[in-house]
Amino acid sequence: MNITGNDLIMACSAIGAGLAVIAGIGPGIGQGIAAGYGAAAVGRNPGAKGDIMSTMLLGQAVAETTGLYGLLIAMLLLFVKPLS
Amino acid sequence: MNNAILMSSGADNIDFMIHGIFSYELFGQTLWITTSHVCILIVMLALLVFAVAANRKMKNATEVPDGFQNVLELIVEKLDGVVMGTMGKVAGPKFVNYISTIFVFILCSNISGLFGLRPPTADYGTTFALGLITFFLIHIAQFRNNSLPQIWKDMCSPLPPWLPIWFPINVISEIAVPISLSLRLFANVLSGTVMMALVYGLLGKIAIIWPAALHIYFDLFSGAIQTYVFCMLTMTYISQNYPSE
Repeated sequence: MNITGNDLIMACSAIGAGLAVIAGIGPGIGQGIAAGYGAAAVGRNPGAKGDIMSTMLLGQAVAETTGLYGLLIAMLLLFVKPLS
Repeated sequence: MNNAILMSSGADNIDFMIHGIFSYELFGQTLWITTSHVCILIVMLALLVFAVAANRKMKNATEVPDGFQNVLELIVEKLDGVVMGTMGKVAGPKFVNYISTIFVFILCSNISGLFGLRPPTADYGTTFALGLITFFLIHIAQFRNNSLPQIWKDMCSPLPPWLPIWFPINVISEIAVPISLSLRLFANVLSGTVMMALVYGLLGKIAIIWPAALHIYFDLFSGAIQTYVFCMLTMTYISQNYPSE
């Protein structure tokens, strides 16, 4: 079996895409912390549930951004193939 | 189409790319009319029809609202409440029209995946245009409401104004605002589109009813949350430059 340069680049791009989505760990931890504090805040002040909910969702969506950057890099490596 | 990895794994019906429909030449550049343009036109047509119907209905509105008028008043009141609550009494009335417009447009674009379209917001061109509008709104508001020495002081902010070492870093952080805004929306919608395409392409035989749950999460929930986040961040960035009350 002959491995051409292009095949090698595709294989390494697949490995790189897998490594890039490890970026999902950070937002997972961050969103979990935000949800935990949100639950604690609702427990302390159940009347403010709506405000707490919207603030928590906003913060979680912003924290999600870094994970999405990893996803974008993976997509670029797999489908746009900038290296080959 | 260059999805060679998926092709070689035997799944030849996975399709989430943007396709060109026809090309034309402009100033020596080859430009394409793509499926995104078509989908955005369909969304715009739906919104236009809705707007005309709403206008007809509200022209002869009744004292006691019924049916369709109830829905319209609910939408407008909710959007008004969100914008006024976030931007305050000064900036709120100026921006409520724009924010409501992009809210409805992004929401309809995001959930258009339910109706078999490829969501227009899963194209970086669309979201980057929205991010650029936000960028210019932020800076027009900044130059209108602050004097030039004040802006210079803000741009050098952690250090005193006569020592502009921090100035380039602040410029980069200003430029990062539209890029991160647009990439957040784009990547969220794109990830939903790709997941649905993978489910339907790879599990075509057994993807019968249960993908409805995935549609609810990826199209409805994620789309609504990202719409809210985009509008919320636009509002907070703009209203930072307005004096409070």
